[in-house]
Amino acid sequence: MIKLSRSDYEKILAHAESELPNEACGLIGGVIEGGDKVIKKVYLLTNTDHSNEHFSLDPKEQLAAIKDMRAEGIVPLGNWHSHPESPSRPSDEDKRLAFDSKASYLILSLMNREEPVLNSFHIEGVNSEKEELIIE
Amino acid sequence: MTITVTGTKKEVADGLTLAQLVIDEKVETPEYVTASVNEEFISSSSFEDTVLKEGDNVEFIYFMGGGQ
Repeated sequence: MIKLSRSDYEKILAHAESELPNEACGLIGGVIEGGDKVIKKVYLLTNTDHSNEHFSLDPKEQLAAIKDMRAEGIVPLGNWHSHPESPSRPSDEDKRLAFDSKASYLILSLMNREEPVLNSFHIEGVNSEKEELIIE
Repeated sequence: MTITVTGTKKEVADGLTLAQLVIDEKVETPEYVTASVNEEFISSSSFEDTVLKEGDNVEFIYFMGGGQ
């Protein structure tokens, strides 16, 4: 299970909407408590692909975020990105480029702008599994 | 010599290359990893040629991307 605060969800949503029509992306950091992940901070990074179909995190911003997590006493939990025009589920490319089976991969679908959908997944090879996401 | 690797100080052999450090640190999917040494980014194609020095600060940055 992974927990995300309502305010951090709103940050992700606002950033993803501001980046339309392109995909938006970022990192999540937090703590692991008894096997559950609690997101303490979300990082809004630049999609260096500037594309509506692909994303790559800016490595310099990624490094800055990792250093910030260290300073804050939290750990990297995974990343998030938006799907402007497709459902909230890992694409073949998402799976191919998901190298950390322990990470949580949050995908925000803006396909229906009135009803955004955010899900979290574990990805291992070609297999993905939705994990329980609590936004509160 | 002492270097810092992903925020942790470590004793390593003099003349250690970045390529050998990748092996020693068991960095996963090294072909998708960029390193920074003292804030300077180094692509994996230059790992063999990068000899580390006393006091260097090394970070590994894993490529993260995807697509809808």
